[in-house]
Amino acid sequence: MLNDRIRARLAASRRWHPAEFVLWGLALAAVFLLPRQLLILNEIAILALFAISLDLILGYAGLVSLGHAAFLGVGAYAAGLLAIHVTADPLAGLAFGTLAAALAGLVTCPLVLKGNDLTRLMVTLGISMLLLELANSFGSITGGADGLQGITMAPLLGLFEFDLMGRTAYLYSLAVLFLLFLLARRIVHSPFGLSLRAIRDNPLRAAAAGVPATRRLTAVYTLAAAYAGAAGALLAQTTQFVSLDVLAFHRSADLMLVLIIGGAGYLYGGIIGALAFKILQDAIATVTPQYWQFWIGLLLVLFVLGGREILHGGVMALVRRGAALFSRRRKAP
Amino acid sequence: MNAVLETRGLVKRFGGITATDDVSFMLQRGARHALIGPNGAGKTTLVNLLTGVLAPTSGAVMLKGEDITRLPRAARVRRGLTRTFQISQLCASMTVLEMIAMVIAERLGRGADALRALDSDSRLIEGVAEIVTQFRLVDILDERIDRLAYGKRRQIEIAAAFATRPEVLLLDEPAAGVPEAERRELLDSIAALPADVSVLLIEHDMDIVFRFATRITVLVNGRVLAEGDPPAIAADSRVREAYLGEAAHG
Repeated sequence: MLNDRIRARLAASRRWHPAEFVLWGLALAAVFLLPRQLLILNEIAILALFAISLDLILGYAGLVSLGHAAFLGVGAYAAGLLAIHVTADPLAGLAFGTLAAALAGLVTCPLVLKGNDLTRLMVTLGISMLLLELANSFGSITGGADGLQGITMAPLLGLFEFDLMGRTAYLYSLAVLFLLFLLARRIVHSPFGLSLRAIRDNPLRAAAAGVPATRRLTAVYTLAAAYAGAAGALLAQTTQFVSLDVLAFHRSADLMLVLIIGGAGYLYGGIIGALAFKILQDAIATVTPQYWQFWIGLLLVLFVLGGREILHGGVMALVRRGAALFSRRRKAP
Repeated sequence: MNAVLETRGLVKRFGGITATDDVSFMLQRGARHALIGPNGAGKTTLVNLLTGVLAPTSGAVMLKGEDITRLPRAARVRRGLTRTFQISQLCASMTVLEMIAMVIAERLGRGADALRALDSDSRLIEGVAEIVTQFRLVDILDERIDRLAYGKRRQIEIAAAFATRPEVLLLDEPAAGVPEAERRELLDSIAALPADVSVLLIEHDMDIVFRFATRITVLVNGRVLAEGDPPAIAADSRVREAYLGEAAHG
């Protein structure tokens, strides 16, 4: 019957693909498989969460930003300050950083929603620069250029101490990433998520369907700011340090790069992009410590000029070839 | 009065140009009303004023007795005023199913629901099924909209408007560019609209206008030149001079 067919089609888009289980399984297994790499894996998990935040506004709602680090910074400072002055409990800090960033998103949203893509790039960039200067000049609170020092975190859930190897840190970040990913996945497959895509695809159509675009965009912008704030809080807590660098322009620019590498509009782009970006950065920095930005720059140009399709095409072809080989081997007696 | 949509002394100026010049006009409940006029007569401006794309310089727009002059576009849609576009405005990256589901979800007031799965909503599914059946889209549910042929996209444009369950429907040249073969199907679906839906047809093609409309308003240079039933309009010498005559020569 038609209704059942429609229901099945709508359900299909949110069904879990086997590759998704594999990815998350590997992420968890990394604790045992790569015990010496947990610090960088922690950074990757945090960057992935930060990238999912940008994907929510860029990939789904079509809002560009060159200043997303503003919310990372607000989350980081909020969580750091809470740890120093109020409570060292990680989850309280996570909640506080998330809420502070959400509030910052809600307040700045009207400025961002005005105008077109170019003005959005400039306004978001401007807001993050403003926050950077504020953090710099209120050194008595933020530590200024020296950074916010003296953050010590209590054990997670009162049980798990943050260790030097980064084991607790990685598991903590991975758990937060996973839970917020699940939430994002649910949201993008909801009527709300569909209306965001309508606004991105065609604002005229969205309006003609009765979608109140400003309200929906405000909601998703606030949500994305909250996600970035959570990433910032994790960063502050797991590194026990916040520097002005969290608000710096290169954070926002790198984030754009992460999403360009991984692809926007399907949530996993942030995770894959974060992984690829960090590994690349690490590899290039090992080979040519002074010139790694040159190579990252070159990659950016290649990616943007359509290299991503070629690269993705190449990867998919490899996967297909591998699968074919595998099935042939299985069929062979 | 039984006017469902009404304008009162509507004026729109762009710099020195008056695109809409003191237009007072009424659309009766259940009407099949056509708005015609030569190119540059201000038809599109008037539609944009009615739907909230543009704000008038002066005058008012009333929907079911409520002043909606300052309401944003989406709020007018939720009050029952829907339009179609001369050039199809679709969501390119969506499948046909997704786009219709988006419109239905909005009509049901579910658009802000961020946690519900689309497939768990029976009313949404029923709404989608109704529209895709009516517009014969069942076979192309999973096609991406940007991969569809022109005629099909036109059909989805109209289907998306119907899916809002409008009380007042503004059809802006619905058959523009649609091949003759698919045109009949499109016009049939318009003719099959429930009688209580009031329709304002903005159209160039006189054949369609005279087949469809029971009342015609002629717009020339931003002003209402004449209004009446089709025979009266056809017989009006000023209209013929301004519009039909031109068409006959052209």
